Amino acid sequence: MDAEEHATVDPRGGYRAPRTSVQVPKLAGYQFREYFRSRRFVILAFIVVIIGVILTAVVAHFRGAIVSTNLAFYGSFWGGGVDLVIVLSAVFFGGDAIAGEFQNKTGYFLMGLPIRRSAVYIGKYIAAYLASALMLLLFLVILVMNGAYYFGPGLFPWELLFSFVLALVYLAAVLGATFLFSSLFKTSAYGFVLTAILFLFGFSLIQDLLTSLVHIEPWMVISYANSVIGEVFSNPVNWGWAGQTTTTMIGPRESLVTYTAGVGEGVVIMIAYFFLTTLAGLWLFEREEFT
Amino acid sequence: MDAPSIETRGLTKRWGSFTALDHLSLRLEGAKCVGFLGPNGAGKTTTLKLLTDMIFPTEGECFINGVSVQESRKRTLEHAGVLIESPEIYPSLTPREALEMVADLRGVPASERRGRIDTVLAEVKMSDWADKKVGRFSKGMKQRINIAAALVHDPEVVILDEPSTGLDPRGMAEVRAIVRDLKKSQRLIFMSSHILSEVTEVCDEVALIDRGKLLFFDTLANVTKRFSDGHASVDVAFARPIAEAALRQETAALSSVKNIVPLGGQKFRIMFEGGLEAQEKLMEALVERHLGLVSMAESESALEEIYLRQISRGD
Ligand SMILES: Nc1ncnc2c1ncn2[C@@H]1O[C@H](COP(=O)(O)OP(=O)(O)OP(=O)(O)O)[C@@H](O)[C@H]1O
Ligand SMILES: [Mg+2]
Repeated sequence: MDAEEHATVDPRGGYRAPRTSVQVPKLAGYQFREYFRSRRFVILAFIVVIIGVILTAVVAHFRGAIVSTNLAFYGSFWGGGVDLVIVLSAVFFGGDAIAGEFQNKTGYFLMGLPIRRSAVYIGKYIAAYLASALMLLLFLVILVMNGAYYFGPGLFPWELLFSFVLALVYLAAVLGATFLFSSLFKTSAYGFVLTAILFLFGFSLIQDLLTSLVHIEPWMVISYANSVIGEVFSNPVNWGWAGQTTTTMIGPRESLVTYTAGVGEGVVIMIAYFFLTTLAGLWLFEREEFT
Repeated sequence: MDAPSIETRGLTKRWGSFTALDHLSLRLEGAKCVGFLGPNGAGKTTTLKLLTDMIFPTEGECFINGVSVQESRKRTLEHAGVLIESPEIYPSLTPREALEMVADLRGVPASERRGRIDTVLAEVKMSDWADKKVGRFSKGMKQRINIAAALVHDPEVVILDEPSTGLDPRGMAEVRAIVRDLKKSQRLIFMSSHILSEVTEVCDEVALIDRGKLLFFDTLANVTKRFSDGHASVDVAFARPIAEAALRQETAALSSVKNIVPLGGQKFRIMFEGGLEAQEKLMEALVERHLGLVSMAESESALEEIYLRQISRGD
């Protein structure tokens, strides 16, 4: 946009602000330290542990089919909790990331600095992403400890690693949307509530409506795409770029149509969500006034 | 190197149909302190926010050191130290960490950071609190850290929105001392304030706005001369009650006395012309008449009078 990034010698003397590419990781680092020290980090870690403990107890109680194969085990344990962990992380770390800067008046401290608005947005996003990824990692550790108990240490399917990567992609999309909501409203509460409602129920509701009423593949709904996180543990896996339509007869005249996203398709959709929400959020934040 | 400068050209800000700032054109240049005055809601903070790209103008443009703020926030804010709206600092940070972050993002090299931070913390008298969490600080303590943050990179242009808000009397005196020091080292300071004595004491020039419009902008000396009609004024206090009419009568013989204004209690403001000689005669006369005169001081509030007169004219 402007030539500022290229000038190295300042004719006026004084200190030159570092390039944006240097400022972003610096800011992300400071913001991450802020998250790491915050009470909500401890609270969320505690919640993730609780989720892990509950799932551990459920698996230990029912065993049977759940631990019949390690794929079935990881599919139900990981698939059962990862969504919640991701959405909670996004809510905790992203819900007020932008709105909070307005509401708590901390924004005036940052915005007086020679830093682009987009750099602030991206730096904060990276920090929230890292903090959330840590939560995901914590959940993975609990899971792997369970897996080691049932199947012996050292027997981890590669599908688990793959699913973890898919979860990281999904996290990027959810946080992207959360940041967008957070810059859409200047009140933190809206960002929290909208993210939680949409990602915990909203999208799956829309997905169900599209599937059962309109009978179209709900590819535009992110809850459809994120099902590939659990999908990779199933057999056979649809690795493709297109969804699969299954028609099951559930009565003499009635049939049930279900759609399963291909893994490739799901990844594309999640990445698209990430880019679109982030671009929209950046666009908004560039125009946001600190009044 | 050119002198530091701040300029606004036809700067206008509207919120819907409400005009908060109406074609403000100002040019400040050189090492000096410019006071920015105006009643609540006049548009001072609006102007300073426009100058720092926190909000965007409806019309017009502003420049710091000749570079458009609207075109390049990064390059202009590099040279500016900014304190607007008493921001909050992330509560889990200590002053040292907060200033470290500011200095780092502003490009102060690691080797100089510690020295700069210690210097500004000492300037705002917060050295003893450098490693305590900001979250528990009082309003005034936070404001001191905000001032330190505005100065940590030794900026050429300093933009302060009511820097003394929340400060105790000693804190206010310290702010005045800091501003005076800044002037010595070739800094341009643009400072909004409601404390007229502060402006009189540290500012070289004043701009007064009301309802988004600039009423005047001139040196403090010129402003005082221009609006006081050549009169000087002193505040006098008496030990015993005395009626305004009585005082007028007692001073009727002195042609230099132009007006007498009661200030409440046993205090009056006497406006006169004729300089020190007339002031001496006035004092002698009041003492001779044994009215109970216990003090006579030059009224500090010349600016206040001008301010009140200018603002009320708009009503
Ligand atoms: N976001 C906004 N939306 C609508 N009006 C606004 C907004 N922000 C400020 N205003 C209006 O703009 C006018 C100028 O406000 P500003 O904050 O600049 O005043 P000020 O001179 O700093 O006053 P004070 O001395 O009280 O700090 C006020 O009438 C205010 O109501
Ligand atoms: Mg104000």
